[in-house]
Amino acid sequence: MTATLDTPATGAEPGPEETGRVRQPQRPVLELVPSSRREDVVATTDLTAEQIEELGRRLDAIRDRVLAERGASDAAYIRDVIRKQRALEIGGRALLFAGVLPPAWIAGTAMLSIAKILENMEIGHNVMHGQWDWMRDPKIHSSTWEWDNVSSSAEWKHSHNYMHHTYTNVVGKDRDVGYGILRLSEEQKWNPYYLGNPVYNFLLSLFFEYGVALHDLEVEKLVAGEKPWSRVWQQIKSIGRKAGRQILKDYVAFPALAGPFFLPVLAGNLTANVVRNVWSHAVIFCGHFPTGAVQFGEEQLDDESRGEWYVRQLLGSANLDGGRYFHLMTGQLSFQIEHHLFPDLPSNRYAEIAPEVRALCEEYGLEYTSGPLWKQYLQVLGTINRLALPNGKR
Amino acid sequence: MFRSAPPAPSGRRRLLDAARALTTPLLPEDFLTLVDPLWSTSSLRGRVVARRRETDRAVSVTIEPGRAWAGHRAGQYVGVGVDVDGVRYRRSYSLSGPEGSEHLTVTVQEVPGGVVSTRLVRDLPIGTIVELEQASGTFTLPEPLPSKLLFVTAGSGITPVMSMLRTLDRRGTVPDTVLVHSARTPEDTIFGAELAGLAARHPSLRVVTRHSAVTGRLDPASVDAAVPDRAGRAIYACGPAGLLDALTEAWDGVVAERFTPPARAAEGTGGTVDLGGSAVEVAPGQSLLEAGEAAGRIMPSGCRMGICFGCVLPLREGRVRDLRTGEAHGEPGDLVQTCVNSACGTARIDLP
Repeated sequence: MTATLDTPATGAEPGPEETGRVRQPQRPVLELVPSSRREDVVATTDLTAEQIEELGRRLDAIRDRVLAERGASDAAYIRDVIRKQRALEIGGRALLFAGVLPPAWIAGTAMLSIAKILENMEIGHNVMHGQWDWMRDPKIHSSTWEWDNVSSSAEWKHSHNYMHHTYTNVVGKDRDVGYGILRLSEEQKWNPYYLGNPVYNFLLSLFFEYGVALHDLEVEKLVAGEKPWSRVWQQIKSIGRKAGRQILKDYVAFPALAGPFFLPVLAGNLTANVVRNVWSHAVIFCGHFPTGAVQFGEEQLDDESRGEWYVRQLLGSANLDGGRYFHLMTGQLSFQIEHHLFPDLPSNRYAEIAPEVRALCEEYGLEYTSGPLWKQYLQVLGTINRLALPNGKR
Repeated sequence: MFRSAPPAPSGRRRLLDAARALTTPLLPEDFLTLVDPLWSTSSLRGRVVARRRETDRAVSVTIEPGRAWAGHRAGQYVGVGVDVDGVRYRRSYSLSGPEGSEHLTVTVQEVPGGVVSTRLVRDLPIGTIVELEQASGTFTLPEPLPSKLLFVTAGSGITPVMSMLRTLDRRGTVPDTVLVHSARTPEDTIFGAELAGLAARHPSLRVVTRHSAVTGRLDPASVDAAVPDRAGRAIYACGPAGLLDALTEAWDGVVAERFTPPARAAEGTGGTVDLGGSAVEVAPGQSLLEAGEAAGRIMPSGCRMGICFGCVLPLREGRVRDLRTGEAHGEPGDLVQTCVNSACGTARIDLP
């Protein structure tokens, strides 16, 4: 069965071969009910094992080609983005000092919002994926980068680079499914708490950076006794330190420097942080949860081959359509499919390999989910609203 | 970012700390260096301000260092990081300028197939920003100066000795000194004219130039023939390993500087890796992470497939082999993914 935009996997009847593979999750990470909807890669496609391995080799060839081509122009690209981001941040903050004048406030807040979005998406996320480690510049390296976000880079690299990218869309392993507070899958057993699903999602989008930071705590593991309090306390202190620095900078130090213009600066900084949160939440949720993106069971991970890993990344991700600046502002996560296939290739290369990946998908009859942001986001909101209710059927 | 800045005066320090609250998680200098890359206080950088061709194969590059540059002693070398095709390469070069000069100068001879030397010698635009390390090395003029000196050099081994001679020249006191220098041909002799000029200005300095293409390689016997009172001199030698081995074997008390790094095991996977202070055997095809864990080392790890970069550690010596591509790579200071790299001969890696 192939998941498509029009015939979502969500409501489909189980095929016999799928029912046979259903297993209970090993750990109570999310509260799951047995369901036939979880897929495995072989059952999700009409492909033979040989075809899947052949597809894997062809994707490897794309990766090898880009690796061989990396060079001075790629290095110049990321240095240019970093330079412009910092210039925007300085310019935005300077304009906000004149923020009693409405045009200056609007322009300053817009520039600071863009700077924060670039810092978070195109720079921070991608640098911490090791996409620029090949440059061997210690200033732009996954092991040294720290971002303007309340989760520390070390904690985030574990929850995102490792947990999410290794176990993409495997329900019960990929903690991005639901972020622990939302019901984003029918396999999360309904309870009255989930009536608030749309409200939680709205709050999560406003305070997304805090959601991401608290996500790392894996509170459900603490409850299940799989994680010691000492580790959680260590993480809380780390989040507190990082959050404290951002709060001091954006809500105390810069407003105080502005003296009588304390309030406009405070409001501009707060707005920029919220704009960044709402934007990154929208882009990230559209990457894996629109209709068409497939979720998998834990059994998928047993002896998964390179080719099967690729197919899971392909089917579990969704792209966003847009122009060059739109892609830049999403940190190229509008090429979520390419990013999940090749998380450590330089982000500026995703646009050029996307047509090749799409062509391969067509050739092998695999769904390449892509659509405009508004459409994908409405689908995500629809799913969140629908799953607030017990049966959640469409 | 590198988080540790060198100690600054307490007033400036407090100002920097206050400014940090405004730039967190970056450092103030990450913004200041938008204006001038040399304003960095935590990482040292320099700007290429002049290039002078010494021979067909050698160029002197003059670099204006950032404020944190602590200067150098005659005979020391400096680590230089240069970007070639977007990748930073780090090499060490002897400083050829005199002690106390405002700018630093390295003289580089092109190595056939050498990535960095080729770039420095052929194509390094004025204005290029390079990464610098502080000068280091113990091959320096002793204090107080011996009354009689002998320098034996070959090829680009002349560079640290040139720094010493220029320093002595600047001080105006050159003790009784003989320099025996060998180059392949007269055209290949770096600083040939300047050495002749120095000898003309200082009667206490004698320069003996040899050309190996004509008279063969320099050896202890030919130095003895050229310098009859060799035994009474403090001896400093710099050049290819063969010459230095012969000199140190023939005479006692030779202070030698090897400018050719020890040969690296470029072929063959597997080897012995010093992981955080103790040796670990890495089998062919085994990752550094697997080998380290099998030997009981506590190592950072993550996805174990080269995706998450949770296992990255600094390579201090030697090279590693990427198990995905089979390619040997690595320079001292590089951060390597231990889950997809194996050993390539001997190497040293720091543990956190």
